[in-house]
Amino acid sequence: MRDKKPSFPKPLPSTHLLGTGTPMCAGCGGLQVLHEIYDLLGPKTVFVNAAGCLTLLAVYPFTPFRGGWLYTAMAAAPAGAQGVRDALDILVRQGRLPPEENLEVVALTGDGAAYGMGLSATSSAIERGLDFLYLCYDNEGYGNTGQQYSEATPHAARTATSGGPRGFMGYKKDLFAIWAAHRPAYAATVAGAEMLDLARKAEKAKSLRGPRLILALAPCPTGWDFDPQDTVEIGRLAVKTGIWPLKEYVDGRVVHTKIPRPRLPVEEYLKRQGRFAHLFEPVRQEELLKEIQAQVDAYWARVES
Amino acid sequence: MQVTAPGRALLTGNAAAAWAARLARVDYVPAFPITPQTEIIETLSAWIDAGELDCRLVTMESEHAMVAAAGAAAVTGVRVFTATSSQGLLYALEMLYAVAGWRAPLVLVNVSRGLAAPITLEPDHNDVLAARDTGFLQIHCATCQEVLDSVLMAFRLAEDPRVRLPVIVNQDGFYLSFTREPVELPDPEAAAGFVGPFDPGTLRFRASAPLSQGVAVLGGGPYSYFRYEMHLAAQAALSVYDEIAAEFAATFGRRPPPVEAYRLEDADYAFYMTGSFATRAKEAVDCLRQAGWRIGLVRPRLLRPLPEARLRELLAGKKAVAVIDQNLSLGKGGVLYAELASALYGHRGAPLLVSFIGGLGGRDLPPEEFFAMAGVLKAAAHEGAAPPPRLLFTAEELEEVHRLRAIAGAERARLKESP
Ligand SMILES: Cc1ncc(C[n+]2csc(CCOP(=O)(O)OP(=O)(O)O)c2C)c(N)n1
Ligand code: SF4
Repeated sequence: MRDKKPSFPKPLPSTHLLGTGTPMCAGCGGLQVLHEIYDLLGPKTVFVNAAGCLTLLAVYPFTPFRGGWLYTAMAAAPAGAQGVRDALDILVRQGRLPPEENLEVVALTGDGAAYGMGLSATSSAIERGLDFLYLCYDNEGYGNTGQQYSEATPHAARTATSGGPRGFMGYKKDLFAIWAAHRPAYAATVAGAEMLDLARKAEKAKSLRGPRLILALAPCPTGWDFDPQDTVEIGRLAVKTGIWPLKEYVDGRVVHTKIPRPRLPVEEYLKRQGRFAHLFEPVRQEELLKEIQAQVDAYWARVES
Repeated sequence: MQVTAPGRALLTGNAAAAWAARLARVDYVPAFPITPQTEIIETLSAWIDAGELDCRLVTMESEHAMVAAAGAAAVTGVRVFTATSSQGLLYALEMLYAVAGWRAPLVLVNVSRGLAAPITLEPDHNDVLAARDTGFLQIHCATCQEVLDSVLMAFRLAEDPRVRLPVIVNQDGFYLSFTREPVELPDPEAAAGFVGPFDPGTLRFRASAPLSQGVAVLGGGPYSYFRYEMHLAAQAALSVYDEIAAEFAATFGRRPPPVEAYRLEDADYAFYMTGSFATRAKEAVDCLRQAGWRIGLVRPRLLRPLPEARLRELLAGKKAVAVIDQNLSLGKGGVLYAELASALYGHRGAPLLVSFIGGLGGRDLPPEEFFAMAGVLKAAAHEGAAPPPRLLFTAEELEEVHRLRAIAGAERARLKESP
């Protein structure tokens, strides 16, 4: 594992594919990454969605998508992606669909589906070598239902179901490692705030075939309790404090694409969000803050060793 | 599988289902194993491996995923077949509603098996009836020939522009799935001609035609609009079925009806039931007729849509009807009974209905029970009132349960005593 400078030689797309006027909250980090990645993938894309906030992007009879969209169910996006991919392949092979009409299949889900309910379907889709891109917007909770803790919620975060003095007592599951253990074609973490890194990874993912993951941190003003205008800043701080490492898995190796140096104290990230306010007020929970910092330090010590 | 179409062959219900999918030239089969269905997907898989069938079969990790993939492929534009049983159908229940809502015109064969708990492999109809309100149409079969014919017809029904709803073809585990019967295999060209090429209609994904499917609605208005559309399409399937059946008869010489009526013309009494046990009812009807009874059988093959007008027509003026439910809505009773009652209620000449629950978990329905039910019908007609529903169970069966319990108890006591 070593540092690798993000490079994206081309200018970023200036046209935006995703239509406006969606019912997402102001400052939605999930919508931000979808915007960014959709522009890079292009309109020849069919999104297969699982239940979550972004399900409300397409509300009859309106849709912001220039290509295809299929809402499935909370656990079923990778399986839906399998059906669409297989059918497109069959149609092309039989000459019933001209190759230029073919589409890239993208599963689009939140963390609740990606880390939990849909993980069996995901694991199996990867195992089958399904040619699809999985875009997970990770808002670290069941956002659509009011931000209860999910398997992606970080330690100590307050959610609608972890409102005690110490917040969520569990630890965030390592979905990237779970994907990497499946030896997929590609897996990457991204942050909407790190556009160049994201763009390079989206291009990379687009150039490969097989199962591919883009796991995007999706700061959620509503669920994380911060001002919507701070979405980009919160994303940047997640990277600069090292709590959201930017990395990719390709050809059997994990490479960190941005090593924060110097790394800001994780507090800088935590104190900007209401979901961590109980760590600072009415009294500083020194022990918890130390634990979180120690985990981040240990992670980077492993990376840099 | 040493069979070569066309001609007459000895086929199990499962083989008949696989043959029908093959003859319909399905493009795609998402699959998942479960007894007693597994033989269907194994048969298809073997044909694909041998190069006899040009089709893609994918084993998914669950029936939920299987139905999701099936529906997604169908709305992308290919002909899809799949099959399951029991726990599998229930595991997929969420997706059954979803893909019906997508108007995905696929065909699913369900091989009925009782639901856990307690777990069993043997058949009853609680599994397929759990899918009753999903938007899938349902055809219930009583013979292996019907399985084959119904699957071919189901593709036509599902894909018809006036219907565009998925279809479940149901057969009973073991009694049909693993029982060989003589089956007339249609000529492959004739079958392909009958089913026709797959027409995706307006549903497909392609780069030049943006389309969002399965989208959300806001509010009860648009929601009701789409649900009503599905309901009306399901009802329209009744007359479409008749058209398809006429064409089927012209092509293959058989005409599987929406409702089978057996020796009903002059009957005062009737049995009413679905599935393979209805063949037992026919034998009982024959015996009873010999003994001077005027009795017949009504067997709906179409359960969704339910041919209510036809049922009224057939049953009007009968004295009493025994509704034999091979299912049990716990705390209510037989599902067919409630449905038939609602179809007949308030209509002129509606007969008395007497409800019987039987055949759960493959429990046998011997001739004597049919004779006994006929006796109950006659008494009810005489009284002018139906007795309370009956749960068919014999003293011997109860004794057997007690005997097994006693053996287990004695064994436990013996083990406790021994050091
Ligand atoms: C089977 C099932 N269970 C529960 C729900 C209710 N539900 C809808 S969205 C959602 C949260 C999804 O969380 P996530 O995947 O993180 O996406 P987000 O809402 O955060 O966008 C839940 C629990 C559902 N739609 N389906
Ligand atoms: S709750 Fe969060 S993830 Fe959901 S729409 Fe609002 S900001 Fe976006």
